[in-house]
Amino acid sequence: MRTIGIMNRVLKELFRDKRTLALMFIAPVLVMLLMSVIFNTNSSTDVSVGTVSVSQKLNKEMGGIKHVTVKSYDTKKDAKRAMNDEKVDAIIKKNGRNYSLTYANTDSTKTATVKLAFKNALTATSINQLKSALKQSTKATVKLQAQLQALQKQQAAASTATATAGSATAAKQAAAKQAAATKATATNHATKSSSQSTPKITNHYVYGDKDTGYFAKMLPILMGFFVFFFVFLISGMALLKERTTGTLDRLLATPVKRSSIVFGYMLSYGILAMIQTIVIVLTTVWLLGIEVVGSMASVVVINLILALVALAFGILLSTFANSEFQMMQFIPLVIIPQVFFSGIIPLDSMADWVKDISYVIPLKYSGDAVSDIIMRGTSIFSLGFDIAILLVFLIGLTILNVVGLKRYRKV
Amino acid sequence: MGKAIIDLQHLAKKFGDQTVLKDINLTVNPGEIVGLIGPSGAGKSTVIKVTLGMEVASGGSAKVFDTTMPNRELLGQIGYMAQTDALYDSLSGLENLKFFGLMKGIAKADMKQEVMHAAAVVDLTADLNKRVSGYSGGMMRRLSLAIALLGSPKLLILDEPTVGIDPALRRQIWAELGRIRDEGRSILITTHVMDEAELVGRVALLLGGEVMAFDAPAVLKKQYGVDTIEDVFLKAEGVES
Repeated sequence: MRTIGIMNRVLKELFRDKRTLALMFIAPVLVMLLMSVIFNTNSSTDVSVGTVSVSQKLNKEMGGIKHVTVKSYDTKKDAKRAMNDEKVDAIIKKNGRNYSLTYANTDSTKTATVKLAFKNALTATSINQLKSALKQSTKATVKLQAQLQALQKQQAAASTATATAGSATAAKQAAAKQAAATKATATNHATKSSSQSTPKITNHYVYGDKDTGYFAKMLPILMGFFVFFFVFLISGMALLKERTTGTLDRLLATPVKRSSIVFGYMLSYGILAMIQTIVIVLTTVWLLGIEVVGSMASVVVINLILALVALAFGILLSTFANSEFQMMQFIPLVIIPQVFFSGIIPLDSMADWVKDISYVIPLKYSGDAVSDIIMRGTSIFSLGFDIAILLVFLIGLTILNVVGLKRYRKV
Repeated sequence: MGKAIIDLQHLAKKFGDQTVLKDINLTVNPGEIVGLIGPSGAGKSTVIKVTLGMEVASGGSAKVFDTTMPNRELLGQIGYMAQTDALYDSLSGLENLKFFGLMKGIAKADMKQEVMHAAAVVDLTADLNKRVSGYSGGMMRRLSLAIALLGSPKLLILDEPTVGIDPALRRQIWAELGRIRDEGRSILITTHVMDEAELVGRVALLLGGEVMAFDAPAVLKKQYGVDTIEDVFLKAEGVES
């Protein structure tokens, strides 16, 4: 009863603070729109590719692709120098039948463009090769068939109009041999042309690796980040205000249970976080056209749990702050490191001891879970581990908060 | 005289190494107003905090309604008004009253009547639907007092209730406090306004964490050989320094 009363009051206060509401709902949408515009501009990037000992045909094919210019170099050294001077974004070198690609990779969209262009050009040329090979082999087969028919005729003639049995059999044998041999060469020819169409391609990156920066990859984590950041900050500030204005003391001078206060806050901010998550999910899906493979309800559920963790965290840390400004000081200490370890920056490239830090970052678990749901369509029921860890955070922090309120009232 | 509503015996309170209260002996009887006066930092607020159970006594005993504090359930029978107004700015006066009424455990059926009565006492009935952020300082103080009066508690603990309230209303509030006393309810009040200290049944002079004097205003005046409580206060402070 009292819990519901506190929830109603907190919600009433929240919905009357129009600016804070706008911050919670409009700011994430705005930032995500900006990010999607900034990170997804690969459609109009111009790239130049340096090639070393690549066939004329392939060069021509690549040069024909929009936004791609091709420069031919004699040695790899020349090409490398051009890359260092930022004249080319990638180098393609042919070793025998295989290709070795080196990307500057300072801009992931350029790398993606080159990769795509090369693949397309290669397919186009190999299709052409295949076509001509096919033409040749069909011609050969036609010729051989004609030969074969002639031979068979010969054979038949030899067997019917026979003068001596011995010479007839010899001629028959010779004809059969020849036929078999021609058949064999025909098949040989065909297999040879098909094996030629799959050269090996190796990719090299001067900077980073193939996972460097994609908005689609950042989005699930970003979503969680916004929920965490705003709920943490606003709930922390709200409780701080209760403390500094004395309403917390007055509240605690009534028979209300400490847990009722914490749960009342949880319920109200849980509702707010749910609305916020729904707004963020809908914007990303409809406005930014991001594909959500899994269920959107699952995304909301995970973010709701994360919001409650953020709330408990915000309330806990607000007890260590004496003013709004001191609360803001937790942003670089608590929020920013969460971003680093949340998975926005690939964790596998970090040192092991740095990687271990990520295990105590709530945002990592929600990021993992939401990424799985959005990108792989994983069901929420197979994400038990991530959810369990988040719940452990939640329960631990909630207990700390209920006990922590003892600072202000001893029962 | 029945059993004391508030009974503090040899109460001591330390915060770390700092001793705030040394030896406090204070009783509030049913149907009595007790005034607590003393310079800033004498420990008035700490006495109130221990009485409410927000802090635990380091020594001695603190009993309210014959129960050792802290006790959560007992808080429903105590009306408390803090030095700060402690109101929710974005809510209206009515919403503030209703919220704290709910927290105090007032039944839904009695809520409207309780709220209206408390608002009438502090003359806020006309402004109940305004947001508190639009209130003047005096109105906030009155609303804060109204919250303490909610539910007709048997004990009122008021920390400087009349700061920023104009003389006419102050007189009205004291008249209401007198009525509450006459109903047999008790009030512990701290004040800086010395002529208010003349209005209480007994006055306790708090200095350096000890109760220097505790008696009816008239007795104290005679004891110190002065005409006003203000002089008693000054004289007691002078003795100490």
